[in-house]
Amino acid sequence: MQEKLRREGLAKIRGETKYIDDQSWPHQVIFGMAIRSPVARGTLTAIEFDQQIDWSDFCIVTPQDIPGKNRIKMIEDDWPYLAEDQINHYGEPILLLAHPDRQQLQRGAAHITLQIDPLPPVLTIEESLSEQEIIWQKGNTFKSYQIKRGTTESIFSSGDYQIFEQEYRTGAQEQLYLEPNGVVATFDPELGVTIYGSLQCPYYVDGAMATLLNLEKDKVRIVQSPTGGGFGGKEDYPSILAGHAALLALHSKQAVKMIYDRKEDMAVTTKRHPSRTKIKSAHDKDGKIAAIQIEFILDGGAYATLSEVVLSRGALHCFGPYFCQHVQIDAKAVATNHPPNGAFRGFGAPQSIFAMERHLDLVAAKLKLTPEEVRRVNFITKGQSSCFGQTFRERVDYHALMDIVFEQSDFHNKQQAFQKYNADPSNPVKKGIGFATFLHGSGFTGSGEDYLASRCTITARQDGKVEVLASSTEIGQGKDTIFTQIVAQELKLPHHQVVIAPVDTSIVPDSGPTVASRTTMIVGNLVKQAAAKLRDQLIETKFLASNYQPTQVAGAIKNYLAQHDTLTINTQYQRPEGVAWDDQSYSGDAYATYAWAVYLAEVEVDTLTYQTRVTNFYALQEVGKVVNQILAQGQIEGGVVQGIGHALYEHVLHQDGRMINNHLTDYIIPTSIDTPPIKVIFEEWNRQYGPDGAKGIGELPMDGPAPAVINAVVNAVGSQVYAIPMLPENLMEAMQS
Amino acid sequence: MEFNNHITITLTINGEQQQVSVPPMARLLDIIRNKLELTGTKEGCGAGECGACAVLLDGKMVNSCLIPAIQANGSSVYTIEGLAQKEEFNCLEHSFHKKGGTQCGFCTPGMLIASYQLIKDKSSPNREEIRQAMAGNLCRCTGHQKIIDSVADAIEQLTKSPEGQ
Repeated sequence: MQEKLRREGLAKIRGETKYIDDQSWPHQVIFGMAIRSPVARGTLTAIEFDQQIDWSDFCIVTPQDIPGKNRIKMIEDDWPYLAEDQINHYGEPILLLAHPDRQQLQRGAAHITLQIDPLPPVLTIEESLSEQEIIWQKGNTFKSYQIKRGTTESIFSSGDYQIFEQEYRTGAQEQLYLEPNGVVATFDPELGVTIYGSLQCPYYVDGAMATLLNLEKDKVRIVQSPTGGGFGGKEDYPSILAGHAALLALHSKQAVKMIYDRKEDMAVTTKRHPSRTKIKSAHDKDGKIAAIQIEFILDGGAYATLSEVVLSRGALHCFGPYFCQHVQIDAKAVATNHPPNGAFRGFGAPQSIFAMERHLDLVAAKLKLTPEEVRRVNFITKGQSSCFGQTFRERVDYHALMDIVFEQSDFHNKQQAFQKYNADPSNPVKKGIGFATFLHGSGFTGSGEDYLASRCTITARQDGKVEVLASSTEIGQGKDTIFTQIVAQELKLPHHQVVIAPVDTSIVPDSGPTVASRTTMIVGNLVKQAAAKLRDQLIETKFLASNYQPTQVAGAIKNYLAQHDTLTINTQYQRPEGVAWDDQSYSGDAYATYAWAVYLAEVEVDTLTYQTRVTNFYALQEVGKVVNQILAQGQIEGGVVQGIGHALYEHVLHQDGRMINNHLTDYIIPTSIDTPPIKVIFEEWNRQYGPDGAKGIGELPMDGPAPAVINAVVNAVGSQVYAIPMLPENLMEAMQS
Repeated sequence: MEFNNHITITLTINGEQQQVSVPPMARLLDIIRNKLELTGTKEGCGAGECGACAVLLDGKMVNSCLIPAIQANGSSVYTIEGLAQKEEFNCLEHSFHKKGGTQCGFCTPGMLIASYQLIKDKSSPNREEIRQAMAGNLCRCTGHQKIIDSVADAIEQLTKSPEGQ
């Protein structure tokens, strides 16, 4: 038991962990900042520096000072580090400023005037689609996908079915990692540039710096500092922040620190994409879906960032765990003049799943069926193929999953009890119960893992310990502990004999980014394979007997290294046999495997104040092998509460393209008193992929809570709700209309 | 230059008297982090909303980002580093570790300060009282459940053995 506790836990509890802003530096560090656009769209005509200030004390960087390419290396080549003349969103960086004294830096910033000719901004999905203003390349569309099976139109026009059509919306959401984005950049003519920072994906930053600074790869080094949460918010954004700090370091020849305060972090960093989903579905009298059309649109913000892949995941997840012969999904990510939206746990899936799971409850209400009945006639099962052509070969049994949740939550009895409770008109509090059935694919979408071709190294050390080298980052999810467990189990070693190498690109190979519910399943498997090979090597060379004792490993390693230079094993990702995806037709096995889940929420709605409280929550998922119960539960519980926040509290309020509630006073996330007891239930049916069969779970818990909670609210009050966040005023409107 | 004006603040930090010179607008948090280099106290929001900067000021939990330096003059302050030396901390530390009460760790020192304050104030708080006591500290990773579990576990251990050992 003791061995499975979080490795770095005690240091964190004692406050000893040094996050980026806690670290001390051998040389003077100066402070950097970006001067940003005060408008959402316009043309920059001039930058004026007040002559009252002695600017010689400052380091100033403009686009002309960029030695390489002024574009953040990502999917498209459109996102500049510093705006050149066109300004495309509020807060867009225009120039960089650094000074040894923070107060002087602020004073300097106040004496720079930007001359901008404003242009009409595009601020909604509808404005973008109208293309009255073209704000991105030749059109306003970053990317579109279509999934098509059968002939939906002929079913709709047959007259044999009842047809339901509805639009759903989800809002932007801030990741709100407790530690804001921050980096320190150093520059040395010999060594090149080094970035220390709070980040999820060191090799993303590594590639970005090489392109920006026109440096050879060996002149760029990225070191992850202990990272106070990410949730996707430190996937793409650190590349831009690191770029700013690196440019200032290069020009000032000094170490440059850039730590955002909360207001800047919330105002300018990426958010979850707002979405609009239109669903049209045809049903028989039992609720069975005869045909369905889904139009799924994301507001990508001003630049393409990761919108293309967020869209893809959203599109592939939107029809959920259901089977139908006639399906059409049209997905599109469009440009607006909001700050770019990016990765956030769930990555498009929470948005489209919200729409689908709400729609099924709406259909149930219209057909006078229960939400349970409508789902039971539509579930996909083993052997059937999804609308994008993936045949599920593992046990997919949503009837069993629903039965488990209903039994654990006493669903049917509670439903009746709540109905009785709600019948009393003198009581303004109404109780409701609702659920969502959904899935989440593990790892990168489609061929993504093939392109990443992730690598991992395990090396035996002179002190007899075994060291794991991977670029996967510890961001609170417990990666260090999981990798330790995997190696310890494979080699039969005590945990303290396993060392996790610092995540430093000059040391560790590229294991791909720490995103997409992939670290345990994909990289963990590489770690396991490497550990097994290392053990086999020691046995084959007779340094270990095949029936060795754990205490003998250290000695065997020392003896081996006395006779050999090194004992190092490299492993690289290989696509599992039988898994195939075709990029051209956008079809096949979108993910090697999925986590299958049913989430259920109970709520109380005060019909006087329109406030909703989630009073109980059940989260059931089939996740293959659970590597570490406490850590896995922690992932689910945390994700559930972020999902509740998305449903009921978290409202990114924009005005003229600017987030105006960019602080924790007005942007509300759930606290300990807003959080219900959460019962986490794991099933471990399918163990075909991942180390001992562990599937990804990081993002899954973000998908189900919002539809489960809103379905419960609708169950309580009887009025339909089609958008989140559902604030009290939104519920009031819904109930009064 | 106006920026060079400094004031001298005397305070007892973790039981040791210290004198620091800071700009007049400095916050207690700035003294703790920048002058005394006690970095266990974090800045999460700078607006008194998240509790990551919580410390004990004359025995009461405060958000140190809201306390002007001048107000801390003559006071006694305990940060996580000082608390970690106290005997009662052992039990909390053990429970947070065992029950999964920390993930990314950034909110954790503040959580420990809040739970320490709670066990000092109340002998056997129930789960609801624990939730109330921790409501001023935001956590984005855990969904709060394992933090509440940790505090409840520590209280159970302390009730079994008043010395907390």
